[in-house]
Amino acid sequence: MSKDRKTSTGSGILTKIVRNQCFIPLIALLLLVAFNLIADPGFFKITLADNSAGNPVLSGFLVTILDSGSELAILAIGMTLVTAASGGQDISVGAAVAIAGSVLLRVLCGSNSRPETLQAPIIVAFLVSCLVAMLFGAFNGVLVAYFNIQPMIATLILYTAGRSIAAWVNNNELPVISEPSFKYFGEFIPGIPIPTPFFIAVACMIVIGLVLKFTDLRLYTEAVGINQDSARLNGLDPKVVKVLSFVILGVCVAVVGLIKVSRISTINYSVIAKDIEMDAILAVALGGNALSGGKFNMAASIIGAYVIQFLTTTLYKFHVQSDALPAYKAVVVIILVVLSAPKVREWLAGLSKRSMKKEAV
Amino acid sequence: MKKKKFSLKDLTDTNLLLTITIVVFFLMYIGAILFQGGGFTKPQTFFNILNANAALIILSCGLSLVMITGGIDISVGGVTALISMCCAVYLDFHGGNVSTSLLMALGIGLAFGIFQGFLVAYLDIQPFIITLAGMFFARGLTTIVNTKPFNVANEAFTKLKLTRVIVPGMGAPNRRGVYVDAYVELGVVVAILVVIVMFCFLRWTKLGRSFYAVGGNHQSALMLGINVKRTRFISHVLCGLLAGIGGFVYFLHVGSGSAAHATGAEMDAIASSIIGGTMLTGGVGNIVGTFFGVLSLGTIQNIVSSAGLDEAWWSGITRAVMLCLFLVIQSVVMARKKKA
Amino acid sequence: MKENVVLEMRNIHKSFPGVRALQGVDFTLRKGEIHALMGENGAGKSTLIKVLTGVYGKDEGAIHLDGCEGAAAIHSPQDAQKLGISTVYQEITLCPNLSVAENMFIGRTRGVGQNWKKVNADTDKILRSLDIPAKPTQQLESCSIAVQQMIAIARAVDMECKVLILDEPTSSLDEQEVEKLFGLMRNLREKGVGIVFVTHFLDQVYEVCDRITVMRDGQLVGEYAIKDLPRVQLVSKMLGKELDDMSDIKDEQQEYEKEEGIPPVLEAEGLVSDAGIKPFDFHIDKGEVNGFTGLLGSGRSECVRAIFGADRVTGGTVKMKGKPVKINRPLDAMKNGIAYLPEDRKMDGIVGDLSVRDNIILAQQVLRGFFKPFSKAEANKIADEYIKLLSIKTASADTPIRSLSGGNQQKVILARWLFTHPEYLILDEPTRGIDVGTKVDIQKLVLKLASEGMSVTFISSELDEMLRTCSRLVVMRDRRVVGELTKEDLNQNKVMNTIAGGEE
Repeated sequence: MSKDRKTSTGSGILTKIVRNQCFIPLIALLLLVAFNLIADPGFFKITLADNSAGNPVLSGFLVTILDSGSELAILAIGMTLVTAASGGQDISVGAAVAIAGSVLLRVLCGSNSRPETLQAPIIVAFLVSCLVAMLFGAFNGVLVAYFNIQPMIATLILYTAGRSIAAWVNNNELPVISEPSFKYFGEFIPGIPIPTPFFIAVACMIVIGLVLKFTDLRLYTEAVGINQDSARLNGLDPKVVKVLSFVILGVCVAVVGLIKVSRISTINYSVIAKDIEMDAILAVALGGNALSGGKFNMAASIIGAYVIQFLTTTLYKFHVQSDALPAYKAVVVIILVVLSAPKVREWLAGLSKRSMKKEAV
Repeated sequence: MKKKKFSLKDLTDTNLLLTITIVVFFLMYIGAILFQGGGFTKPQTFFNILNANAALIILSCGLSLVMITGGIDISVGGVTALISMCCAVYLDFHGGNVSTSLLMALGIGLAFGIFQGFLVAYLDIQPFIITLAGMFFARGLTTIVNTKPFNVANEAFTKLKLTRVIVPGMGAPNRRGVYVDAYVELGVVVAILVVIVMFCFLRWTKLGRSFYAVGGNHQSALMLGINVKRTRFISHVLCGLLAGIGGFVYFLHVGSGSAAHATGAEMDAIASSIIGGTMLTGGVGNIVGTFFGVLSLGTIQNIVSSAGLDEAWWSGITRAVMLCLFLVIQSVVMARKKKA
Repeated sequence: MKENVVLEMRNIHKSFPGVRALQGVDFTLRKGEIHALMGENGAGKSTLIKVLTGVYGKDEGAIHLDGCEGAAAIHSPQDAQKLGISTVYQEITLCPNLSVAENMFIGRTRGVGQNWKKVNADTDKILRSLDIPAKPTQQLESCSIAVQQMIAIARAVDMECKVLILDEPTSSLDEQEVEKLFGLMRNLREKGVGIVFVTHFLDQVYEVCDRITVMRDGQLVGEYAIKDLPRVQLVSKMLGKELDDMSDIKDEQQEYEKEEGIPPVLEAEGLVSDAGIKPFDFHIDKGEVNGFTGLLGSGRSECVRAIFGADRVTGGTVKMKGKPVKINRPLDAMKNGIAYLPEDRKMDGIVGDLSVRDNIILAQQVLRGFFKPFSKAEANKIADEYIKLLSIKTASADTPIRSLSGGNQQKVILARWLFTHPEYLILDEPTRGIDVGTKVDIQKLVLKLASEGMSVTFISSELDEMLRTCSRLVVMRDRRVVGELTKEDLNQNKVMNTIAGGEE
């Protein structure tokens, strides 16, 4: 405490920055950048070259981070809301992405799995998949809010069944879209060298920013997450708010489903968005949001998502196999969770106090 | 109606859910015999379900223990894969012997149990998060140990793997009319032993009873003089140990190492426990129920595959439906009981 | 030290952040006596008991057992149990999912194995000897709350304790069960057990106790033999007002003249909720200040919760200004212009991590609807306005409410409801646990609001506050309305007598 006071006289801005929730993910980002700079500055090289379709596009590790991190950032938006309102996390998002993607393909392809032309406009297909994803979100939300099942267990149901449902939607076939414009969502729009998913993510951020500004979503969600009883006595219905957060996550899932499917113009039910729930939860935690719910900082979560993608890409660069990645991320999670545990914080605070006393003596 | 209400109130929660589970299982099995006939009347079909699910039975027992104390452990599937891979690598590449590999399996399981148990019990960290991390850690580590899946060629191990325990009097003539003995694998014997030991532990030891007390109401348990932290810790350690045993039994059944082994086993184990009448909120559950929970899942899978449906996704859906059904049953039964 | 003293607490101090819960409290318990510990809410009874049983550590003071010179070391509930101090709490601290027999014996005996036969047989014996209607093998949850309470006591008794603490054990028991419990207590007294009995029921104190210790505001008021302290005296000691010094109150007393021809702002008939109150009738007129009074647990909060729809309303009708309305949830009440400041500020009032600003606008924001949020500028303006109006002491409107003092938190909640511009304001214990200055502020505010035409229902444990502000008092006892006092009946004596139950 005394240390704080000393510095704050000189630099109140500095303490303000340190207190800001975005500080932790940004520091993590800086550390990663510094590590890569030392290990191999080539990491930051960006080149402009024609891709297979003949469009000039940017490529390089940073572009990969912007590209792949965008899906994560979109999911992190929904996951942040669910975490804040329900005090738990949705582990079914990966499976739900599979369902949304599968529905999208089903509508686009109709009954034929290799259609020459699209059977429906992409926007219609997307809206249908959005609706389906929202329904599944509502299903999770109802289990959590009305049946009082812990969010992680309630979403376990969809986690178990999701990929099977996705396969069932297309009769276990793998539809392939030959229409080139469908690729725009997951790759590049001709003439624009930056990957489209990034623009979609930015659009999502703008939308959620506007929603947070022009509706009461933040106040309602935080109030319910912090003190349900109090929220109820102020006229809020905690159940509705919780279901709403899961439905919004459903929308995010549908958007990610579109990007994922568009990337490869087809779907692999068991691989699509695999383990993405872990990354999304990690993004929320890295953003300094309490996993037990309450106040949230959307920007911090989104930065957290890109930091995680940065970490993933860095690991890839050092030839860590994709299957081994979870081990490294798990270590990060464990360190984060242990450091943020109240018991450990108390202990650390006690430790620093004691050392300060010693200094004083 | 009146009589039913009376019996509902008279049963303990644990026994009520256990009854539901056993009834559902037998109804399902009878249904399978009636509608699919043939295979299900043969005892060997039943024993095959056991053979395929021996490891799951053991893992589920571990999960039931943790869930009864009000926690959860989703690392068991990953640990199983890690154990399979480590044992396989040890046996084939380093010329290890089988008993040391068993010890290694138990050690890995215990290490996970102790580490996770410590964080959960003494640092008050949410068990779901920490065991989720444990699961990813184990899975990732499996790949780091060895990337490619491979079959174990070790002779002593293969011999052990092929050991069959004949179940007397349960055989049946095969298509050619030759009498074939019914058998189970070694793992089933281990699984049944585990079920018996764990059942006795929960029923007849004070520590076992304190698991229920902590899960029922941990503050009350503290007031009643129970060391809540230690109880939680032990539940995770036991779960880890059972994951070790289960992992080895799994390895014995498949006889190979692969990073894709036991995918979703943690979810199956949780589902089995819930179907077997273990309450998520803790304090209610029975190892016998868990045993039947696993059998129910196994039977469903068998029905699905013998009905000629595409197994991969149908079994996923049926399991989820069953899990959902039992979650809702629990929620509703408990709510009604509270009112009555 | 005296021979027959089993427990002596000397000069106990205990503070929580912002509150001095115990300030130098002494307590002496003798062998074979039943000793009532009395005091209103916030008097410090439960803190004292939690210190004694090791749930809280004490800041200062010493506990001596059995007349020993050395202070006893009690750091956890287990320590207390080992030293022979057993406690039965109001809320049941047994495990609902275990059987009755297990609850009797779990955590007590050494050894590894659980001998069901012995446990069940022993339990059966105890249950029989104490005449408790339960089977050893029954699941605890399936017993009635009363039986569960008896089982908790049986467990404590069977542990051969020297000191038995009963913390409001009778609040959920009916008369026969209470009688049975008293038989048990007398029985134990014969055996030399010292019993500390915490209750809010005066009848029970006079029926079974030998001695009374009264506490108020974290301090000891005094220790009395039961025959030296008549009932009305006891109430006055608990409430902190001498019977005869009521002259100064008289002139401040409120008179209310009802305007003719206007239907009451709110009129409830036979209203009843699932929180266990008897159906009651109630009405309030425009610009009137009335109050529910009665000791803690008499059902005064449950009544207003039923009016606001905070508990599930199970019967009765409500009319507002003559028109029937349906109030099933808080939002219905809010839409009808009712505001409710809840009794438990921490649990039901504040939204701890949110800023003062968000806490102030919360209710009105919900009324305005999801798509019409206040802009940041608007919200700041409103917050600043109310911070100034109620002189809320906070670093800024951005400060999280949980870091404010109790009194200022309460003012924020009050600001929240004033901002909804209600016609009818319910204040449930708005002055509990806050400093004197704020208390006076709130009282003045209530009178000012009433003079501007708002109807206010005011609940407080402090009688003089009620007398100063209310023009009509609804008196409650045992979860039912037992009287309504107005005008010349509004004085300490009359109110205390009505609360105490009609004698003397």
